[in-house]
Amino acid sequence: MTDEPLLRVTALSKYYGSRIGCEDISFDLWPGEVLAIVGESGSGKTTLLNCLSTRLLPTSGTASYRMRDGQWRDLYRMSEAERRFLMRTDWGFVHQNPADGLRMTVSAGANVGERLMAIGDRHYGNIRATAVDWLGRVEIDEERIDDEPRAFSGGMRQRLQIARNLVTGPRLVFMDEPTGGLDVSVQARLLDLLRGLVTDLGLAAIVVTHDLAVARLLSQRMMVMKDGHVVEAGLTDRVLDDPRAPYTQLLVSSILQV
Amino acid sequence: MATPLIVSEVSKAFTMHLRGGIRLPVVANVSFSVRAGECAVLGGPSGAGKSSILKMVYGNYGVDQGQIIVEHHGQLVDLATANPRTVLSVRRDTIGYVSQFLRTVPRVSALDVVAEPLVARGTERGEAHARASELLGRLNLPERLWSLPPATFSGGEQQRVNIARGFITDHPVLLLDEPTASLDATNREVVIGLIEEKKLKGTAMLGIFHDADVREAVADRIIDVTAFAAGKVAA
Repeated sequence: MTDEPLLRVTALSKYYGSRIGCEDISFDLWPGEVLAIVGESGSGKTTLLNCLSTRLLPTSGTASYRMRDGQWRDLYRMSEAERRFLMRTDWGFVHQNPADGLRMTVSAGANVGERLMAIGDRHYGNIRATAVDWLGRVEIDEERIDDEPRAFSGGMRQRLQIARNLVTGPRLVFMDEPTGGLDVSVQARLLDLLRGLVTDLGLAAIVVTHDLAVARLLSQRMMVMKDGHVVEAGLTDRVLDDPRAPYTQLLVSSILQV
Repeated sequence: MATPLIVSEVSKAFTMHLRGGIRLPVVANVSFSVRAGECAVLGGPSGAGKSSILKMVYGNYGVDQGQIIVEHHGQLVDLATANPRTVLSVRRDTIGYVSQFLRTVPRVSALDVVAEPLVARGTERGEAHARASELLGRLNLPERLWSLPPATFSGGEQQRVNIARGFITDHPVLLLDEPTASLDATNREVVIGLIEEKKLKGTAMLGIFHDADVREAVADRIIDVTAFAAGKVAA
């Protein structure tokens, strides 16, 4: 176990004109740690995720990332090319809508293989074998390798998107409502799968969700956001079982018991 | 260390913001320690705050005031103020917990649920499974259930999975939240035996047992929680 964080976020703020997207966010993320960011629509959680993943540039604040060679780099001072390389290799981004993270008109195998080719793998046989392996790990039948994701169900598409992201062995994965658009039974399967993969691979992940059950199952630590601010943060089970901020108490008490 | 767990002047209240901010005091001035090889039992009626104390010691409930000191990796750690990462590390290596109810994860087998704390500490999976099988066998859980997820198990079966999961590691401190509540007499005896073995190994245990027979069999000392009633002025 290493004694240095993977990501260091300090006083990050993003304003849309005079409106607050998110304000004064600071935290460290450690290797192998899953952080859930919860809050309702408009709380700033997606703005924060987009800033962290450099899809959006913050108005102020810094985020530093420890590269594979141990060097710390300020994410917002990197060149566009460096950021893109990071996104393709050491990071993953799982979108709520799989169509945003997949290429819908190329085969499932190519969707997985493309990320491998981006890091220089050129051997067709190896790429295909790795793709088959990953389809298996996300429980997609090998027979479907040449089908386009257009022909897949929502749950399968989401699993394919996860395989595409994890095939390069990233150390950090961003997830935006990964189970958002799925049926409940499909959600449960996907969550199990994600939980297993995150544990087995020792991934660090930042998961944005409005679903406290998702946070409970996947994360060790969580931040609750409201109106662009973090209103409560801590160990996931502590925040959920002993919520202290008024807004967290409202969220926890609003869960319907089945 | 002879005293692996020290709780000192701990207070806890819940503030219900959705109920106009009323403050519900739970406990105040909780002070006790648990020695190695001892099973201390929290006593007192329902609502006295026994479970809350156990949950604070596990880091599951926040602590308003006071200190909860454990020796972790050779250093003293105050769980009342420790950051989440430290609490997780303490749970992995120092404080084990047998909860009253199993929080099941779909699709994970009973054997994996039990073996998981060992695997998390780096034990090889085969060996962890062997230890898990041994414990589930001792607790008389039918072998045909081992490969199934415990979600559909009966209350007593789930509790035995929970007990096996809590007892599989050699954590120096073990918290027991009514581990025998839904067990039959035979399995209660098995649990009493497991607790005796932990004592011989020097584990410090802190538990809640509503079952008087079990309590009498395992308790070296009763800590009267009513003495920590919130609002009571310390003499």
